[in-house]
Amino acid sequence: MNKSSTAGAPPRRTIEIVNASLKRRYARERRFRALGLTAVVLGVFFVVLLFADIIGKGHTAFQQTYVRLPVTFDAAVIDPSGTGDPEVLRQANYGALIRAALREAFPEVTERREIRALGAMISVGAPSHLRDQVLADRGLIGTTQEVWLLADDDIDMLVKGHIDRKLPESERRVNDQTLGWVERLESEGRVAKRFNTIFFTHGTSREPELAGIAGALAGSFYTLLLTLLFSFPIGVGAALYLEEFAPKNRWTDLIEVNINNLAAVPSIVFGLLGLAVFIGIFGVPRSTPLVAALVLTLMTLPTIIIASRAALKSVPPSIREAALGVGASPLQTQLHHVLPLAMPGMLTGSIIGMAQALGETAPLLMIGMIAFIVDIPSGFTSPSTVLPVQIFLWADSPERAFVERTSAAIMVLLAFLILMNLSAVLLRRRFERRW
Amino acid sequence: MSTTVEEMQQRSNAMTAAELAGGTESRATVGDVTVADPRMVCRDVDVWYGAKQAIKRVSLDIGKNEVVAMIGPSGCGKSTFLRCLNRMNDTIADCRVTGSIQLDGRDIYDRTLDPVSLRAQVGMVFQKPNPFPKSIYENVAYGPRIHGLTNRRAELDELVSTSLQKAGLWNEVKDRLEQPGTSLSGGQQQRLCIARTIAVSPEVILMDEPCSALDPIATAIIEELIDELRVSYSIAIVTHSMQQAARVSQRTAYFHLGDLIEVGETNQIFTNPRHKLTEDYITGRFG
Amino acid sequence: MHSSTLLVILLGLMGLAYHFGRRRAITTAGGVARINTLHSLPGYYGFYAALWAGIPAFLILGLWTGFQNEILMAIVTAELSPEAVAGTAPGLLVSSIKNLAAGVMASGGATAELQTAAERYVRLQQIAQWSLWVAVLSVALAGMAFAWIKTSPELRARNRVERIVMVILVIFSSIAILTTLGILLSVIFESVRFFQAISPLEFFFGTLWSPQTALRADQVGASGAFGAVPLFTGTLMVSAIAMLVAVPIGLMSAIYLSEYAPRRVRAYAKPTLEVLAGVPTVVYGFFAALTVAPMIRELGMSMGLNVASESALAAGLVMGIMIIPFVSSLSEDVINAVPQAMRDGSYALGATQSETIRRVIIPAALPGIIGGILLAVSRAIGETMIVVMAAGLAANLTANPLDSVTTVTVQIVTLLVGDQEFDSPKTMAAFALGLTLFLVTLALNVVALRIVRKYREQYE
Repeated sequence: MNKSSTAGAPPRRTIEIVNASLKRRYARERRFRALGLTAVVLGVFFVVLLFADIIGKGHTAFQQTYVRLPVTFDAAVIDPSGTGDPEVLRQANYGALIRAALREAFPEVTERREIRALGAMISVGAPSHLRDQVLADRGLIGTTQEVWLLADDDIDMLVKGHIDRKLPESERRVNDQTLGWVERLESEGRVAKRFNTIFFTHGTSREPELAGIAGALAGSFYTLLLTLLFSFPIGVGAALYLEEFAPKNRWTDLIEVNINNLAAVPSIVFGLLGLAVFIGIFGVPRSTPLVAALVLTLMTLPTIIIASRAALKSVPPSIREAALGVGASPLQTQLHHVLPLAMPGMLTGSIIGMAQALGETAPLLMIGMIAFIVDIPSGFTSPSTVLPVQIFLWADSPERAFVERTSAAIMVLLAFLILMNLSAVLLRRRFERRW
Repeated sequence: MSTTVEEMQQRSNAMTAAELAGGTESRATVGDVTVADPRMVCRDVDVWYGAKQAIKRVSLDIGKNEVVAMIGPSGCGKSTFLRCLNRMNDTIADCRVTGSIQLDGRDIYDRTLDPVSLRAQVGMVFQKPNPFPKSIYENVAYGPRIHGLTNRRAELDELVSTSLQKAGLWNEVKDRLEQPGTSLSGGQQQRLCIARTIAVSPEVILMDEPCSALDPIATAIIEELIDELRVSYSIAIVTHSMQQAARVSQRTAYFHLGDLIEVGETNQIFTNPRHKLTEDYITGRFG
Repeated sequence: MHSSTLLVILLGLMGLAYHFGRRRAITTAGGVARINTLHSLPGYYGFYAALWAGIPAFLILGLWTGFQNEILMAIVTAELSPEAVAGTAPGLLVSSIKNLAAGVMASGGATAELQTAAERYVRLQQIAQWSLWVAVLSVALAGMAFAWIKTSPELRARNRVERIVMVILVIFSSIAILTTLGILLSVIFESVRFFQAISPLEFFFGTLWSPQTALRADQVGASGAFGAVPLFTGTLMVSAIAMLVAVPIGLMSAIYLSEYAPRRVRAYAKPTLEVLAGVPTVVYGFFAALTVAPMIRELGMSMGLNVASESALAAGLVMGIMIIPFVSSLSEDVINAVPQAMRDGSYALGATQSETIRRVIIPAALPGIIGGILLAVSRAIGETMIVVMAAGLAANLTANPLDSVTTVTVQIVTLLVGDQEFDSPKTMAAFALGLTLFLVTLALNVVALRIVRKYREQYE
């Protein structure tokens, strides 16, 4: 009887058990599925949060607060002897003009400390702006003009609403007195936000309102250009050799293993290499695009080599056989027939490698790219910094206005990265070929 | 070289497509599709892959305790039809099945019937042995475990051993149940898959060319096993080997380009086919 | 007279050499009509000449600029009188001469002897620069001339050129090995010197880390304490938090995207998640320091917890977010590599989709997933910017994730950024940490890559 219960009868029993458990099993199925969906939603949420946070913090940096004041270009201050000598005009005390204009706008302010506070509302960069105006147009001397003057970063933050006016004075960076002045200027229509050109045309500065990313952008440009010049030929050459010519032996195996491992070595270790070898032994000047490019080349090489080898692999052997068949040498076969077909794939890999290099920070800290450099670099061996390092430096600054600028710099960096990755995707789509 | 092969492939694809397009009108089946004591009853089954019709108005019964063989040239739809019987086609995105397929009088495509409980009743053995990357024991215990057929270890042990015995594998593996299923030979792996299916105590077992990846000796063992399993189960087997169909089945169905051309006693089909296409296939004029 | 000018001139010379080589080949063949008597196409003779003009000159240029200053400095310092050398470290001497020469250091602060040494250094540099020009250009011209003489119809120019190109390709592909060697040598050399000063026992098992910044070598407590255990535990804690975030989210989203998601959802969700992989780490660092850390702090405060402004939790969470796409794309690869036959076999037995995934697919893909996770761990350990910006500098030996901790990478950065002296144990400690980091990540990578490869082979 036992036999029939295991062999003959069970079908009924099985289906009953199965049907009875179905509800529970499907509940578990739904839970598991929901868990998966939650994970995806969380991941997407993080992306949105990250971008919303950066854009929310940074979008205001593309505008800058200016204060309109009637400035009298007093000849006695600018050019007392009336020679019109540019050297004299350049050396003149334009700050005095601004202070005078401020005192005129606020005649009730007389105490010395308060006058200084009044002056602090205008950026220390404003005088040089006046100077440039005068140098461009001598006719201004002796006249009174309404001039838009660059506001100090605290005033900028106040106008943009990053400093809460309702907070008690002790917790606010701007005191009640200054707040009153600003509100008066605002009610007179003397305060306006305009597009922030300084951000894109100036190098960095200790004053947030005068700090720009032009220097870092130039540094990044020179660094990437050199990195591409170094790594593309070397990467393609190495891939060509390893994929097409290399004999299968221990040495090439070793190279293979090495390339795969280098791709996963922490970037900071490359910084140590750069510091000890390129700067320490070969004496490459530190803080320059040259040494940064050398380090980044070593870092991006694995990416380019791996991508280039994949591109070479996707070229069908029939092409090589055809070329060899008409008497081309192996090298001619590669250069004339295989490389052109593999080129889109190699370029895609290189763009992705360059995007990595553009965002890289840690190793560059080791080789002195962290130095405070105001001037916009002019070449491969002039001291410079790069965009991500600039972001790191600004992120460390305590001023509220630097938070805004850091986020804006990140937005610029991300825009470049998105552009590069997009072009890689498009390139891949455009030239995707099926054999 | 490669282009010529590719072209040929394309041409043959184009031909099949053209034939399919031209022959949307299905051909009537010769012979009796019904049996006296059916377990599964299929009527006017159509299967579409997107816009392409793979099965055209096929009707066929599968009786209790019998082996039905489905034969026909490759691409004729016999595997597709088989996969309809336990709704394995559900996993393919744009596959559509119409008509009626009943198991013990219940429509298996009915919305209230769950594919999980259907598949517990209609098991399947595949062309290539596909043991899970687990031990032999766990492979067989997998079905009972997920369905919760037994809660006690002793019962499970008993179930595993009887299933392996029924699949004729017990004597070969009883001492190494903990070894991975993939360590067995091809024929043993296929019998492990059969044991795995039996462990759930299905009513119908579907076999999709179960011996095509095996050597002749392993094939013979499996064929013998199929004959023994007929006592407890209904079996539908797709095969490309006419000899195998002749050896293991009681009834044979001949498929051609999505049509069920002829059904009959296996003896009759192989000795006295009534349809011209069946005869051409049996006598080896194509296929 | 900059070296880059020389570089441009040299490239121009190579172009000229190509032109003349080609012309020369055609003339020796007896004119354009008899070009087929040449062994190779005329262009190859051009390349032949260009390579002869360029390669030896480039080699000289490279070696010269690499070693010129070292040699000149050696000459200058050798001439210094013993009393000038005595009492100051050689490194200090060299840098003060360099600074004097570059005009960075005010000349008033230096002795007259150093002053003359600096002047001599500058003069020598000028001479060296001129001789470099002469040497490079004459070698280039000599190479050209040599090629000119050698060119004849019998010269197998193509084979020669191809062999040289091949040698260049071999050198290119060996750069990977040179890089690894360079890394090893640069960290080992300094580490050995570090371990001569500080015993490895103290370094690997000591629990006090305070690399004192001593202004002078004779100050009290100048040697500092170099017990790296707090750094290791800090690194581990941040990485563990990161993995706790990244593994469940990454793995589950890989499962959802590859097994459940409708095609359209997949088409949008997958690239969106991959955006996380393309965001530079400095951006994550900023996000961690300015958004996540204050958020956690406020949340902790509201629950009455004491949260440091730079907490391991904030850094770990953000690092986890960074690693999500890494885990998910690696897991998706291995999940997709599980053959469909496994899924079919399970479905045919009546398993639901989640049962199939949990009991068949995940166990089958497990080795690959573990390999991927190991790679992710090595990533987390080596990650620098997030922890530099959000984890802090305090070498606390703590198990509280709300505390501030420091990591190996943070210490490497802080020890090496800014003014540094090459001989102090402080600097050398960074290299010892670098060596440890390199070896640990290397071991993880090797093991992980091997597991993943084995796994792939299993299903191929």
